[in-house]
Amino acid sequence: MIRIFAKEFNSYLNSLIAYLVIGVFLTGIGLLLWVFPETSVLDYGFADMETLFSMGPYVFIFLIPAITMKSFAEEKKLGTMELLLTKPLTDFDIVLGKFLASFLLVLVALLPTLIYYFSISRLGNPVGNIDTPGVIGSYIGLSLLAFVFCAIGIFASSLTANQIVSFILAAFLCFIFYTGFDSLATLSSASALMIKQFGILYHYEALSKGLVDSRDVIYFLSVAGLMLLGAKTVIGSRQW
Amino acid sequence: MPLKVTHLTKIYGSQKAVDNISFTINKGEIVGFLGPNGAGKSTTMKIATGYLPATSGSVLVSNLDVAEQPISVKKIIGYLPEHNPLYLDMFVHEYLNFIGKVYKIPSGLLKQRVNEVIEMCGLHLEQNKMIGSLSKGYRQRVGLAQALIHNPEVLILDEPTSGLDPNQIVDIRKLIKEVSKDKTVIFSTHIMQEVQALCDRVIVINRGKIAADDQLKNLTGKKQNTHVIVVEFKEKVLTDDLLSIAGVTKIVVDGNQFRIFSEAATDIRPELLRFATEKGFSLLSLKQEENSMEEIFRSLTSEVIA
Repeated sequence: MIRIFAKEFNSYLNSLIAYLVIGVFLTGIGLLLWVFPETSVLDYGFADMETLFSMGPYVFIFLIPAITMKSFAEEKKLGTMELLLTKPLTDFDIVLGKFLASFLLVLVALLPTLIYYFSISRLGNPVGNIDTPGVIGSYIGLSLLAFVFCAIGIFASSLTANQIVSFILAAFLCFIFYTGFDSLATLSSASALMIKQFGILYHYEALSKGLVDSRDVIYFLSVAGLMLLGAKTVIGSRQW
Repeated sequence: MPLKVTHLTKIYGSQKAVDNISFTINKGEIVGFLGPNGAGKSTTMKIATGYLPATSGSVLVSNLDVAEQPISVKKIIGYLPEHNPLYLDMFVHEYLNFIGKVYKIPSGLLKQRVNEVIEMCGLHLEQNKMIGSLSKGYRQRVGLAQALIHNPEVLILDEPTSGLDPNQIVDIRKLIKEVSKDKTVIFSTHIMQEVQALCDRVIVINRGKIAADDQLKNLTGKKQNTHVIVVEFKEKVLTDDLLSIAGVTKIVVDGNQFRIFSEAATDIRPELLRFATEKGFSLLSLKQEENSMEEIFRSLTSEVIA
């Protein structure tokens, strides 16, 4: 597993993908947080990082599928899948290695935004006047959201040999999981809460409040687990 | 027993790709797996490497069942898949290191081992290049180096020379011959000369069934019950005149050439020369057709179809 992880992560670093992802994410979030008047924290007047945590998921909906789309699709197209599968590796080693590599890349992209936290807390009046527990909770929430999106991306990539199909499918699934269930809940009033709880947004917002509830964490982990299991099953389906 | 295939069958949908084949390969043998395209060679190899499951039957590699202990089997097999898939954006050195690590070669030994296979496969000049920038012949060497890195007991090569130019083919063959000294090798091909150049033993497979499984020399001997002489005369010659020569059984006219069949026991060439001088014909060419692998292959694989 660790071999696949290292190889995948290296291939991100050796290609443009890693730098593009980090660059686009930071530029996008930076512009939203500091420059664009509607969302700029400077114009807003309150020392919080709401913009990062409300816009971040939308950036991830496009960025993460772009990271994960090649993970299996390209291997299938090149035929290297056969190479990997005839090596002494289990299917789960391969899925998990690829998944963790993409997740680590997202975390690396997320890391520099800690500077924003520092800047905003310095800009507060009095200095340091920021809801730190809320920010920590939101970071945990955003990381878990990226965790789920990566798993969805890996699953979508395992389904096809075409990277574009994989990208569109992953972006669509991420979108459905993020806001789809929430919107669906507005259609039926009877079981609205239950439907809402199927979506990511409900749990993500709960974490943003700074209250890390094990139920929310378990939700994220189980959705990701389900997606990875799906990917493993698809890879193993050649054996049927 | 390095490789033992028993009653192996693979069915894709309604098509039988491999139909109840059994064979054993002994230690140290180089076996050619010969057959037309779509005969089931690659499928058999994919099953033996654990990539595909068998519909029924079993493959044992060093007495380990591929279906039951896939990981242990994969550790002792070196496999070069058809079309030789490679990570084109990796460097040769990096790639071999990665494969070595996948096989869990301890990092202390890995560096030395990578250098060994690079030397063995003649890649030392290319070792710092990106795989994508290598020619097809060198890529094939990288594929072979990859299959050899963990010093496997069994080497399975699926069409190792397809798509190479004649010089590269000779090079790769030489390489296979060299590396296979202490290994059991099975390789597939549809080129007959390859088999003659490399193997001790041939398994001819056609439409998923084994059409022949024998030592190469037996196989070439077996079919040799008729001789064929090809002759060409300057003048017009009647076939009936040729048929009157003692020992001739059949004549096929092929343009200006005659293919004269005779019993293997009798050599009719002196008779033919006498015939030509007696009748005053000038003989332009006379040659004995070798009963080549090509013909054996054709006769074996078309017999089954007929």
